[in-house]
Amino acid sequence: MSTQSSSEVAISVSGLSVFFGQGKDLMQAVDEVSFEVKRGSSFGLVGESGSGKSTVLKAITGLATDIDGVMAINGQTLEGKRDKTFYSTVQMVFQDPYASLHPRHTIDRVLSEPMKLYGIENIEKRIVEVLEDVGLGAAFRFRYPHQLSGGQRQRVAIARALVLNPSILLLDEPTSALDVSVQAEILNLLADLRDEHGLTYILVSHDLAVVAHMCEDVAVMNQGKLVEILHVDQMRDMKPADPYTQELLTASMGYDAKKYAT
Amino acid sequence: MSALLTVEDLWVRFPSRQGVVEAVRGISFSVGRERIGIVGESGSGKSMTGRAILRLIQSPGQVEAKQINFDGQDLLKLPEKQMRGIRGHRISMIMQDPKYSLNPVVTVGEQISEAYRLHSRASRKVAKAKTIEMLNAVQIRDPERVYGLYPHEVSGGMGQRIMIAMMLIPDPDLLIADEPTSALDVTVQMRVLAIMDKLVVERGMGLIFISHDLNLVASFCDRVLIMYGGRIVETCEASRLHEAKHPYTRGLLESTPQLGQKMDRIPVLTRDESWKEAPSVNAIL
Repeated sequence: MSTQSSSEVAISVSGLSVFFGQGKDLMQAVDEVSFEVKRGSSFGLVGESGSGKSTVLKAITGLATDIDGVMAINGQTLEGKRDKTFYSTVQMVFQDPYASLHPRHTIDRVLSEPMKLYGIENIEKRIVEVLEDVGLGAAFRFRYPHQLSGGQRQRVAIARALVLNPSILLLDEPTSALDVSVQAEILNLLADLRDEHGLTYILVSHDLAVVAHMCEDVAVMNQGKLVEILHVDQMRDMKPADPYTQELLTASMGYDAKKYAT
Repeated sequence: MSALLTVEDLWVRFPSRQGVVEAVRGISFSVGRERIGIVGESGSGKSMTGRAILRLIQSPGQVEAKQINFDGQDLLKLPEKQMRGIRGHRISMIMQDPKYSLNPVVTVGEQISEAYRLHSRASRKVAKAKTIEMLNAVQIRDPERVYGLYPHEVSGGMGQRIMIAMMLIPDPDLLIADEPTSALDVTVQMRVLAIMDKLVVERGMGLIFISHDLNLVASFCDRVLIMYGGRIVETCEASRLHEAKHPYTRGLLESTPQLGQKMDRIPVLTRDESWKEAPSVNAIL
């Protein structure tokens, strides 16, 4: 992969390995993964379960600590515990909106907590603003998560990620727990937010069609290794370089009795 | 095609403090020795339909139908004891998540053997041999080893294949599969579908395939029922699903991103109250 001029690169990961456990239980989840994400672009990470795609996000956010390799955000190398500026630059949205929101906190509390930690003033104004941004509106401010649908919850999770005005969002399967019609709304929302705020995304998903819709470049992972990075057009034309990617692409086109019958 | 199962005017209701919730509202369909897909979003009543056939709806839920005719007998009129002879033996059901469907403290091999022995009265030894044969059939490598594993020791994909082996070992006439592959990776998913496909083609089993994935159903099934708000809004041949007419089906199709097709924005489905009011489409062949 060509190295872009450093000012354009929002995220760079080089030779990243992630380990879990120790001694004889040591397990390598990510094996020498390298990629760069241009500012304002969306980068897809696809692969099957256990391929290490979510673990890469964990390593970037500092949730996985036993790592090797170099990672940088906007040219600044990440080391040790992440500081406050990191979390106001990089935020994450998780898969399951039912599990990622505290059931007994109102939306207001969910959204104001990060701002209190950062000593931001005018919290109220920002909450209303961010709720408008994600298409919910101020009326939702004092509701609890159980009063919301799955799609509305995911909007709250996105609002929470946006409240500190980050420039990078890490999206871990943001729509896979949702119905297709709701998925469509969330994907449109993510695309709009990206255009309005110039956000950079890493989108992790097992759904190749979703990744193709959102991203320009896609990295395919298998068993911790990065198999290849391909452009979305290459994916749409079903012309990957690697046979594993080909297998994934074919399988995602649906069932073919001639091919799979034994 | 002679129907294996005929469901006529099925209703599933749940009384609650806010009034009666109607999960399934008067649907009729038949299943022959074919692959029937039931698609719809969450809350459309597709899973409740599968459960109602096997009389698995617990009180206070109520099931009502003109008939649920399976091989000449009305399942709703059978005493519970005879129903137990049908459940698992002649009609099997695969649930979405193997983690919650397997007994965590019994090895997977013993669970499958038990399923076989319950219905065939075979000896332990015969049952074990049959189990290993079945594990082989669902493409589990090293079935002897897997026989002695506990559910937490197997991966999701393997767990689902174990569930399938367990449901298929009594050689059912009808299999109800509720999102059987949604928790699986695509490549494993295709292998699991191939196993079910083979059973339909070779043994003449009937299959009710409940799924939210329109593309998958279109490529895998023979016929599709599209459910919305507890009713069947449309039915068609699976291969012609992409020519569906109903605005709900069209909306679902259009809001699904396609790999081969680039679009700027995904069209969002706008729902119409009238869809809920229109009578259910009869899908009895």
